[in-house]
Amino acid sequence: MPKVTYIAYTGESQTIDVPAGYSVMEGAVRNGIEGIVAECGGACMCATCHVYVDEAFLDRLPPISEEQEEMLNATAAERKPNSRLSCQIPAIPELDGLIVRMPDRQT
Amino acid sequence: MPAGVVIIGGGQAGAEAASALRVLGYDAPILLIGDELQPPYQRPPLSKDYLLGKLDAARLPLRAEAYYDKQKIGLLMGQRVITIDPHMKRLRLKSGAVIPYDRLILAVGARNRPLPVKGAERALYLRTRDEADAIREQLGSAQSVAVIGGGFIGLELAAAARKLGKQVTVIEAGPRLMARAVPPLLSNFFFDVHRSEGVEILLGATVEEIEPDAVRLGDGNRRAADLVLAGIGVIPNTELAEDAGLAIAKGIVVDEFLRTADPDIFAIGDCAEYPNIFSRANATSGERVRLESVQNAVDQAKCVARQIVGERAPYRDVPWFWTDQFDIRFQMAGLSSGHDHSVVRGDMESRKFSAFYFKQGRFLAADSVNRFGDHIAVRKLLAAGTQVTPEQAMDESFDLRRAVDATPAGRTP
Repeated sequence: MPKVTYIAYTGESQTIDVPAGYSVMEGAVRNGIEGIVAECGGACMCATCHVYVDEAFLDRLPPISEEQEEMLNATAAERKPNSRLSCQIPAIPELDGLIVRMPDRQT
Repeated sequence: MPAGVVIIGGGQAGAEAASALRVLGYDAPILLIGDELQPPYQRPPLSKDYLLGKLDAARLPLRAEAYYDKQKIGLLMGQRVITIDPHMKRLRLKSGAVIPYDRLILAVGARNRPLPVKGAERALYLRTRDEADAIREQLGSAQSVAVIGGGFIGLELAAAARKLGKQVTVIEAGPRLMARAVPPLLSNFFFDVHRSEGVEILLGATVEEIEPDAVRLGDGNRRAADLVLAGIGVIPNTELAEDAGLAIAKGIVVDEFLRTADPDIFAIGDCAEYPNIFSRANATSGERVRLESVQNAVDQAKCVARQIVGERAPYRDVPWFWTDQFDIRFQMAGLSSGHDHSVVRGDMESRKFSAFYFKQGRFLAADSVNRFGDHIAVRKLLAAGTQVTPEQAMDESFDLRRAVDATPAGRTP
């Protein structure tokens, strides 16, 4: 199972084994990691699972879909070049060790 | 020790209310009572990826079970509340157990409206995971599927069955599809989409009887059907509230703070009827509505959690909704009911457009077909109370996002 480290805005970090095929959002929500909300359950509808992806992993991410592109413009916290919706990041072996940082707010 | 908050209903509204209370620092007991056995799970995928076998059952729960322990949220699943005593502030379960509360949240949802026809027991409905499993099981071997009801659920079911290669007929009693939610422009668009995908759609068609392998229509014709699915609307679960002496109209009646006449009892989600500032179906704003959507469930849950921790802010969130059918993502923002004018932005032929709705020149709502940016911009425009004109909406060179950015902060609709 790929490991994902979630770093809260306050600096607290947690590493979770996310089952392969699950999204990074699901790994967080199922385990009650605060800072990722995901009101829509991963349908790319709500922009409340916004994360900043550690630069080292950026080129291993899937390309940003048109849908995600639009939703990223609607995040509550500032959009940065490494902003992604965590529901659109699959936990795959290539991303083992992934580090994501949560913004200060999602809504 | 305080009795804390008791939430009746283990759907998305109930689960979100519990989570939101903890996020806001509420530290008294929270008990969530649901009549299904599973802990709270997502319903939207049941008619989409879950039905197609693309989403594993393990991924349906909204939270892992350990989450509830960690957050000290009590779960009483597979339990039914039979009475509420608002004077003694306690409720009774079918098992006989009596449970006290300080604050009570009714998130009791709705149930499927049963078909009033002969042979109705042969039809399957979709609301719960168990029902989705039953449909999945039969869908595998079915060759022909009849879907009774051309609303969102019916059409999502039709699209899923068609994707699995079934022969699909949608039988709708009204003159057009999704008539309660969208205007004729969109009904006609979806009619064409389904037809082009090979779904047969019968409008103005009634069902006389569901036979073992066919549906007999009002005009005497038959349609072969190994499997009959029905989605003809829901009935809100208001009985418990009514027995407790609370007012009922289209749902459990609550005020703009989502409170019933009893200040310690709230109602949220599919079961609640409340004044919505975005509704202008008749002359005034703030008409009373009952909405069935994830957005409504989640945002109302958060609003009630805020009241309970002592904030006093009315429910004011922009209604939004989505449905996926074939390659169409359809997104609605605002409430278009009562509009007197509409314009189209984009190109209907290429299946990428939005319809913008106005009433007496005032911008009400927009429906978007594969136009994610429009949808998000409209949600922000409505939240900020920013007006756009029909001319601006139609003009693709007019940047809706810039209109949002130009909005002075703090304006309300």
